[in-house]
Amino acid sequence: MKRYIVKRICISAATLLAILLILFLMLELMPGSPFNDEKLTQSQVALLNAKYGLDKPVFIRFLNYVKNMLSGDFGVSYTISKNTSITTLLASRLPISIRIGGQAVLLGTVVGLLLGLIAALKHNTIFDTMTTVISVLGVSLPSYVFALGLSYTLGYQFKWFPLLYQQQAAVKSSVLPTISLAMFTVATVARFTRTEMLEVLGSDYMLLAESKGLPGWRLILIHGLRNALIPIVTVLAPLVVSLMTGSLVVEKIFSIPGIGSLLVTAIQSNDYNVIVTLAFIYSAMYIGIMLAVDILYGLIDPRIRLAKEDDYEQS
Amino acid sequence: MNKDKVLSIRDLSISFQTSAGEVNAIRGVNLDLYQGETLAIVGESGSGKSVTVKAIMGILSGNGKVKSGTIDFTSRKSGEEMKEELLSFSKKEMRRRINGRRIAMVFQDPMTSLNPTMPIGSQIMEGMRYHYKTNKKEAYEKAVKLLDLVGITEPEKRMKSYPHQLSGGMRQRVVIAIALSCDPEILICDEPTTALDVTIQAKILELIKDIQKKTGISVIYITHDLGVVAKVADYVAVMYAGKVVEKGLSEEIFYDPRHPYTWGLLSAMPDLDTHDEVLYTIPGSPFNLLNKTEGDAFAERNRFALNIDYRLEPPMFQVTETHYAATWLLHENAPAVSMPEALKDRIKRMGEEVNSLGGE
Repeated sequence: MKRYIVKRICISAATLLAILLILFLMLELMPGSPFNDEKLTQSQVALLNAKYGLDKPVFIRFLNYVKNMLSGDFGVSYTISKNTSITTLLASRLPISIRIGGQAVLLGTVVGLLLGLIAALKHNTIFDTMTTVISVLGVSLPSYVFALGLSYTLGYQFKWFPLLYQQQAAVKSSVLPTISLAMFTVATVARFTRTEMLEVLGSDYMLLAESKGLPGWRLILIHGLRNALIPIVTVLAPLVVSLMTGSLVVEKIFSIPGIGSLLVTAIQSNDYNVIVTLAFIYSAMYIGIMLAVDILYGLIDPRIRLAKEDDYEQS
Repeated sequence: MNKDKVLSIRDLSISFQTSAGEVNAIRGVNLDLYQGETLAIVGESGSGKSVTVKAIMGILSGNGKVKSGTIDFTSRKSGEEMKEELLSFSKKEMRRRINGRRIAMVFQDPMTSLNPTMPIGSQIMEGMRYHYKTNKKEAYEKAVKLLDLVGITEPEKRMKSYPHQLSGGMRQRVVIAIALSCDPEILICDEPTTALDVTIQAKILELIKDIQKKTGISVIYITHDLGVVAKVADYVAVMYAGKVVEKGLSEEIFYDPRHPYTWGLLSAMPDLDTHDEVLYTIPGSPFNLLNKTEGDAFAERNRFALNIDYRLEPPMFQVTETHYAATWLLHENAPAVSMPEALKDRIKRMGEEVNSLGGE
């Protein structure tokens, strides 16, 4: 298992490097430059390009960037916030997006698992139907519909929560965006948990466990849920990433100073370093979470863990 | 009879509510199991064998309902006799007091009946840990002993194995070890060898017989393989369409069958020393329990059916003290019909074979 993890981390690093290179090439192909201002003269642009090293060929720039990045320097912003280093620019925004996303993941997973479990255990009852309705709504309605609905009812009518994000009331004002973001996760996880649990509950090993006379909670949690979790973990991984990296629309509705909106602004204004850094963070998170999921698989399912160990013993 | 009765099923009827209507899976079953003996329940798919034993275990699926009947279980474990009516227990009580602890079950398919995410050692220990609060060390030692008992080599090493690392035969041995872990008084084997290949089948049957000799456990076998029945059973019950149509000692069923359905089953057994070109099969398909029965459910497939078979369901006729069959052919006014010649011939040969093997 250890060797497997080390190998996976090496592959991940190589993947990230490749992604970075592709990003550089794509930005090179993008029309315009950060200094698209008509007031600037040709020589001024050339001067700026030279200052930021943009006059060098793309490959040299790539190598320089990687070199700086390894020492923690992601460069400076060209247009959005002139000459501020990307690290400071993100320091205030990234935590907000990650926090709200993390809350949404947690809420969505816990509620989704519970709903799915109840639906499976009370199969073909009113609980089951309710869960199905919630799942269909959650999957088919986009998150901004929930965001608008929640801010109109709970925010505007009842005035329980602030309509817009306030830095000084960070917890309270993150409630509505968290719920709106979590709905899709709730729906997906509930649907998967229900299906998987129903399948597991009908399996022979559950019948054997039942005939051993084990108490109900042990049957459901130890024998049932663990086996049902394997496919659920698979669908959860991409959901986690998309939530952690912030949702553009929900951030706009609640005017949250997160990274979702920053990325769009950066792309519009050709702020190369911001784009590269954000895209890099997205990729790194995605790869990281995929790695975590793979390790989690091994922990949950001995068949996967042992198969991997066998592979390494043979090689 | 002065043998001790362990389990006594009386007038058991069970129905299932399905989208197509009510299915009367079990229609008035009476069965007895005696201490240390083996009862085999034989019949086609859908005859109600599995449903009967699931009712004993209290693990009927959600849409199943016991309409009438009693299942009396007499426990003699702690020296004194204790009689309990299993159907009066709630699911929770069954789990706490009976399942695994007093009555244990071995299922048909060992490939799917073990939890894939739990080491087999833990799966064996689980029952003891829960029912008797055995401490971890003792439970571990007992589990190793059980693995050894069911014939798994290097039991200590195997304790940590997962089901997917074992072959089908080994898994079934593990399932048997799980069933034996709490020293139950009754072992129910639901087609324990159907999913295994023939050489392993024989070994598993030997194993169960061996364990029975060592522990004096009573066994209920469910099977549609008459070869298995002949090897293991003391007492045989033949089921058709949710009813016991013939029951008796193993010898009585094999050498003096009375019910036309039993004749059919015996004739349909593959046989090497026959001059027939094709294997005999019982015509038609099993009775659909969705339909209401009028007369004998087997009448339509029975070439010996009498007129009365289409109108009135036959009662159990007594043949000997232990042998009963539900067919009008046994009525005193019935025409004299005896079993087909081919079967008679075969039974004669079976008898000779057993006699010649007798000295073994």
